[in-house]
Formats: sequence, structure tokens, C-alpha cells
Amino acid sequence: MTRKYPTFAAIWEALPPARDFFAAQGLPMPAPEAAPADYFAALTPDALAEVGTDAATLFARFADFLAALPRLRADAPRVASLTVRGGTGKDGRPERLDLTLVPGDVVALVGPTGSGKSRFLADVEWLADGDTPTGRRVLLDGKTADAAGRLAASGRLVAQLSQNMHFVMDLTVREFLIAHAESRLLADAPAAAEAVEGLANALAGEPFGPDTALTALSGGQSRALMIADVARLCASPIVLVDEIENAGIDRRKAISLLTGSGKIVLMATHDPLLALTAGRRLVFAAGAVAAVIETSPEEHASLAALAEADAKLAALRDSLRRGGSLCFSQEK
Amino acid sequence: MQLVTVAGPPSSGKTSVLLKLAAVLGRQGKRLGVVKFDCLTGRDKDVFDAAGIPCAAGQSGALCPDHFFVCNASDAHAWGLSRGLDVLAVESAGLCNRCAPHVEGALAVCVVDNLSGIDTPAKIGPMLRLADVVAVTKGDVVSQAEREVFAFRVRRANPRATVLFVSGLTGQGAEALAHVVAGAPATPTLDGASLRFTMPAAVCSYCLGQRKIGTDHQMGNVRKMDFPREPA
Repeated sequence: MTRKYPTFAAIWEALPPARDFFAAQGLPMPAPEAAPADYFAALTPDALAEVGTDAATLFARFADFLAALPRLRADAPRVASLTVRGGTGKDGRPERLDLTLVPGDVVALVGPTGSGKSRFLADVEWLADGDTPTGRRVLLDGKTADAAGRLAASGRLVAQLSQNMHFVMDLTVREFLIAHAESRLLADAPAAAEAVEGLANALAGEPFGPDTALTALSGGQSRALMIADVARLCASPIVLVDEIENAGIDRRKAISLLTGSGKIVLMATHDPLLALTAGRRLVFAAGAVAAVIETSPEEHASLAALAEADAKLAALRDSLRRGGSLCFSQEK
Repeated sequence: MQLVTVAGPPSSGKTSVLLKLAAVLGRQGKRLGVVKFDCLTGRDKDVFDAAGIPCAAGQSGALCPDHFFVCNASDAHAWGLSRGLDVLAVESAGLCNRCAPHVEGALAVCVVDNLSGIDTPAKIGPMLRLADVVAVTKGDVVSQAEREVFAFRVRRANPRATVLFVSGLTGQGAEALAHVVAGAPATPTLDGASLRFTMPAAVCSYCLGQRKIGTDHQMGNVRKMDFPREPA
């Protein structure tokens, strides 16, 4: 380290987050012109007692910390295709499945609670290689990931959008989006934040400003912000959507925002309108995919009528909110 | 036998994570047992017993929980060997955030939850900073973005660690954790092993049962804060 970085100034320039090492442990911030070895040798016994170690160990830990910092840059893997090969169901019967999805694809996952939808997602997330209870195999770009690749992808492959999720951070919309953009190490975080705000406002029924507290957003506004954020600021190539409730947001527009951003969308839903926006439906039963249904031309034809009924319902909700009348007819 | 130290703030989901980990290891033919260190009473032993997971529990009571833990660590290890375990998880809650039960040469896991606040990864100190694996729980109730920001803060506090999302509810992520545990070094004995971090210094009069407040009642290892003074 001493040869590569003669002073702290050289370290700060190459690896700005290196400062965290000192801040997090309450150590005095090194002077920029100081040499790392001199800094650690000059620490007082009190300072060393505070961090619970000796100077040599602390120096070695700092070297490890620096060596690991480039891992902060590791982003989600790029995925050209996702393949799931069938395993076996809870009853031991083989699952006849060989599904390949590419960016922009949407599939609906349907089936009652306990039919195996969560397990399917867990298999995708852990890039199952015949080593989970289902025996499924999941391939990225046609290849099995090795152990290191699986761990590196863990938690970065699948983004989740579920109706059980809430914003809990005590930040405004703008502060929060900037924090998210910064965690992606984006060059222009404020611009990225502004773009997401715009998209979210286009989705939400009621507009909100950048200074609104996250926790003060309505259900529909929260959902719109989560969707816009996943579409634009989240690097994960696969998105799981768990039932977007009808909270005043255009659900079909939301899905097309995700697919338009190059995501593969897996959608657990029992909403006919949403299910019809998918190219395929995976029907789950007894822990396995029992059938893969391609959306038929007849079903596609029903989409217009369903969308019309849905728009009528939305108008009724709006009318109810404004104190208007509630009359519904099948005719136009 | 592999020894795994599992530390994390109270209610972060350590027990749920261990239950899910035990299930995955069980499917692979490996037996996990737990020694649970608590400050006061805990009901976690019942939970492990109900799941058929061998468990021994101890309460530190009036003693410093960190010192209690380290004084019993070798005996915990011996218990694990005597039960023929493949993996022994030593779980400690209620250790103050200053400390960490992690041991050199044994896999160190920290469990933190997404609801605990964005500054928690920086605040909880060595139990996270010196861990090999950080398992982030309760990801199913916060937004994707918050999960990502939280994980980023964890990585910044400890860039060496493998960060995994583990759901104590569905077990999602437990396979990844089991994979890391499988690659952990064996710990043949704890005698002579070193903690990764020193325990807090004692002894002051309060360690010995003093209850009275005021300078007259303070002896031994006492440290005073500097309070800013208003200019006259």
C-alpha cells in the first residue's frame, strides 16, 4: 500500500469512500500529506484502546478495507436471457418446463397461495442449479452460473415491487432519490432523481413535489414512485411485481414503463387486465408449473373491452371521491 | 465442526434466519445446533426446541453480556462437539453495539434489518464491520430502493463482507447463506482462539453494584464527557 499510495491525499483521490474507515470508528481523520504507515504508528494508546486493537492490526484492516472498496462498484449482472428448466413438484412428479425470457418479456404467475410462486422466485434469485427443493435449473444467457457468480448476483438480480412494501425512511422524495442514485455511484445524481420524479408523477393520480416526505405519500403515489424508481434507478435486470393494487395508477402503463426499461417482468397477479398484458401465464399447482398458457388472439381481443370496463370503474372511483353520482351501465 | 458467530441488534431476525438456515442445511444432511446468549430471559430456546434444533441457552443476568459470552464460548464449543453437530451457531443478542462476539478463524455473520434505519450500518460498529457475511432481513416490507440504499450503506461500512438478503418469513436467501456456511473453516477448538475485537474495559464502582449517582460515588475506570460551556 505504501508504494501505491505514499500519502492519504493519493488514497482520497483514488478511493474517496476510504474516509469511511476512520469516520466509522471514531479515529482522527488523517492529514492529507501524512503517510499511512506514519499515521497508524503515531496513534495514541487511548485511540487504539477505543478501537480495540493494536496499530499493526488496524493498519492491516485498513489495507483490507481499501482492497475491498472496488467491490462497491460491482453492479447487477447484465442479462440477455433467463432460462428456467423444470424440476419436480411437491408430489414428486416432473415439471415440464423449459422457459426462456428476454428483456421486455412479461409473464404472469398465477395460482393459489402455497402453489409455489414464492419458491419459483427464490429459485430464480438464487440461480438454482438443481440444488433447491424443486430441483429446477436457472440459466443466465444459456449458462449455469458458478458459485462466485451466484453469490455476486445474490440480491442484485431480482428487484421486487409488492403491495406489502412501504417507504420507511425519514427523507423527502428528492433526498431519497439522490441517496438511491448515489448508491449506484451515478455521475449526476440530482438529474437522475428529477427524471424519476417526473415519471412517477406521470403515473400517479395525484401529483407530488420533491419536498414531500416519503412517509407522507399516499398509497398510489408511493406505488408510482416505487415503479418509476425501479424502472430507472434500479440495476436489477429482473423485476417481480406482486399484485399492483388499483390505487389510482395506470397499471398497464406501469408495466410498460418497466419493460421499456429493458426489464424481464415476472408478475404475480390475479387481475385479468394485468394478466392479459403478459405474453404468457405460468399456472402453479402443487409446487410446480402445471401449465404455460400463451395469451391467445381471442384473449387479446378481450383486452379492449376489459380496459374499457376498467376505465369506467376508475371514473366511478373518481366520481365517488369528488362526491359525484355512481351509475354504471354495460353500454358505452 | 464449523462454528459460526451470529450477532445483530435485538429483533433483527437472528433466530428466524437460523431456523431457515437449519432447514436448508438439514436437506443437505448437515445438523445445525444453536447456543443462544441472552441478557435477560429469552423464549428463543422454545422456538428452536419446537423445530427440533439442538439448543442450549444462557442468560448473563447481572453480568456484562459480552464478558459472559466470552467466558462461556469454549464450553459452548465443547457442547456442540458432544452433540455431534456439523455446524454450531453461537447467537448473541443484547451485546452492546460497541462489541462483537466474532472470533478469528470462524465465520462471522451479522444480521441487520431494513427497518432499523439508514444510519444503523455505520452505528452498530464491530459486529457489522468485522463480519464476513451480513444478512439483511425484512426486505419484504420496504421498497426496493430502500433495500438497495441500505445494502450500499452496509457495503460501505464493511466492503469485505458478502451481503445477502435473507427473509426470515419465506426463507428466501437462506440457500445463499448455507452456501457460504458450507465454505466456512472448521473450528476444532476455541481454546487459544482470539476475539476479533476487545471486550469493553471494566471496572468502575457501578460494575460492583453501586446505584448512587454523583462524583462522590464514582471510582475506578470513570470517563467524563466534555460539555460545551456557554461563553460568559
